[in-house]
Amino acid sequence: MKRLISGWTLIKLYTLLVYVWMFTPIVAVVILAFNPQQFGSFPMEGFSFKWFVKLSQNSTILDAFKNSMILGTLTAIFSTAVGVPAAMAFIRYEFRGKELINTLLIAPIMIPEVVLGVALLLFIRWLQQPKSFVMLVIGHVVLTLPYVLLIVQARLVGIKREYEEAALSLGASPFQTFREITFPLLAPAIFAGMLFSFTISFDDVTATLFWATAQNQTVPVKIFGMLRNSISPEINALGAVMIVLTVSTPLLAGYLTRRFARGTGK
Amino acid sequence: MTQERDPAFVRFAGIEKKYGRVVAVKPMDLEIPEGSLVTLLGPSGCGKTTLLRMLAGLETPTQGDIYIRGKRINDTPIHKRNLGMIFQNYALFPHKTIFENIAFGLKYRGVSKTDMQKKAEKALETVRLPGVGNRMPSQLSGGQQQRIALARAIVIEPDVLLMDEPLSALDENLREDMRREIDNLQQQLGVTTIFVTHDQREALSMSDKVVVMKDGFIQQQGTPEEVYNNSANHFVADFLGHSNFMVAVVGEKKSPFLEARLADNTLCLVSPAEDFAAGAKAEIVIRAQKMTLGYKTDFTRQAEMNYFFGKIVDRSYMGGEVSYFVELAQGQVLHVINFVKRAPYRRGDEVYIQVDPFHCRLLAP
Repeated sequence: MKRLISGWTLIKLYTLLVYVWMFTPIVAVVILAFNPQQFGSFPMEGFSFKWFVKLSQNSTILDAFKNSMILGTLTAIFSTAVGVPAAMAFIRYEFRGKELINTLLIAPIMIPEVVLGVALLLFIRWLQQPKSFVMLVIGHVVLTLPYVLLIVQARLVGIKREYEEAALSLGASPFQTFREITFPLLAPAIFAGMLFSFTISFDDVTATLFWATAQNQTVPVKIFGMLRNSISPEINALGAVMIVLTVSTPLLAGYLTRRFARGTGK
Repeated sequence: MTQERDPAFVRFAGIEKKYGRVVAVKPMDLEIPEGSLVTLLGPSGCGKTTLLRMLAGLETPTQGDIYIRGKRINDTPIHKRNLGMIFQNYALFPHKTIFENIAFGLKYRGVSKTDMQKKAEKALETVRLPGVGNRMPSQLSGGQQQRIALARAIVIEPDVLLMDEPLSALDENLREDMRREIDNLQQQLGVTTIFVTHDQREALSMSDKVVVMKDGFIQQQGTPEEVYNNSANHFVADFLGHSNFMVAVVGEKKSPFLEARLADNTLCLVSPAEDFAAGAKAEIVIRAQKMTLGYKTDFTRQAEMNYFFGKIVDRSYMGGEVSYFVELAQGQVLHVINFVKRAPYRRGDEVYIQVDPFHCRLLAP
């Protein structure tokens, strides 16, 4: 008897279908970005960078892009600036209410973004402050802080206390110990945390929809707005750019981290 | 040791450490002579590491004072105490080269670049690892890493060298070599060293003085011979080597020995560790190695010797010597370690045990 299709073949086929199902829309967006026609349809008639050119001339999109970059960068900086000392405190020191504070800081991961969005908005209203860019940064820091905390804490647990104790016993002050020992060993995690913060901030739609004003729209919010009116092929071009950015940043970061980690000791 | 050395170079005075309600170190006094190697020996949780860490400045005493060279150091932060510290897991900085590791302490002592190079190279030679300066710690074996840690600690010429179980992470064969190396190096440099361990062999073989600890208390301190041969109490006798304990009632004096009656009415001659009143309850301690076995059929009594009769119930062959477990008629099982003369005794053999009263020490129960 000859078996036509074995179980393994079926599983392979199934896996392939899952991948196709997951990635076809993404691939389609990238391909259609190079379609010169107004209404995307296959087969494509020609190939052009027309939509990218148009995109680069669209000042509202460029503004949104600039906003997103600034917002992402500031979020990354503040999140790590707050998250790294907090992680140090949680792992290296004992104090009352430690578990509670830690849980509260991690909580935004578990709370639906819609709730967070509304909550911050109400809070600002209660303080009688207008929506502003500062508020947007604060919101994004709240959103991304848990990731920085989790990543840095995980790394800190792995850095044995003995390294710091050895440095202290050899005559380095607590600050010198941090600069010479803890920080370099922690750097990959800090870097990863920054990157995570940036990517999450750059990608966020739900919460940002609540917090953004007309002046400080981010790219995803802008795309969302554009889709409400019409489906312009520019969005495909923008999508392609976003995909390249969000995929290449972590890859680059991963590569750099590995190079640092291998460390030839300077 | 020469006379002008300070017998209390390091001094703990009424030192105590509590963690909440748990007392890790009960109030105690301890003096460490200059240039000596002192071992803090005890099971885990006995407070030996806590004591070391308080000296290092890594723990704050709940009360009491610590002095080095007569100067109180309680309020001196760790990085100003000038101590060399060796950790169980080496704790070499993984992102720094061997040279950078060794030179680390020199950076904070205003040593010039050229001196730094010289001193680091000399330290590497001292630990017999010249030429590895440019490698990373991960490229060295465990034993080599611990030698680098040693070099890193001695290069700063510390007042006291603190070692926290430095050999436990190494495998058996290496441990022996490393132990001798530390011993030699300590003698050569003459640096006051405090060595924390739970391994009695390490403690006995390398120390000038052994401090046996349990439950935050010092049980006994003295030279290795003193603590081994004249153990102060049941715990010390039990923790060091293999000991047998027999409950007894104190009898008459039979100079230089004392009579003691066992539960089964056997009369023994024993050497008392302290004064005992006749009729008092006490405990006889006999080291497993101090008893000699013979076939019961060959038995002849000698004057002033103690004898027990029994049957071998278990044995384990350890190469040069054999560990026997002998069950006496009254039911107690004695542990006897003897060298193999011709052929080892077998399980079931009827034997007699001979032991010199000098080796039967009488302790308070």
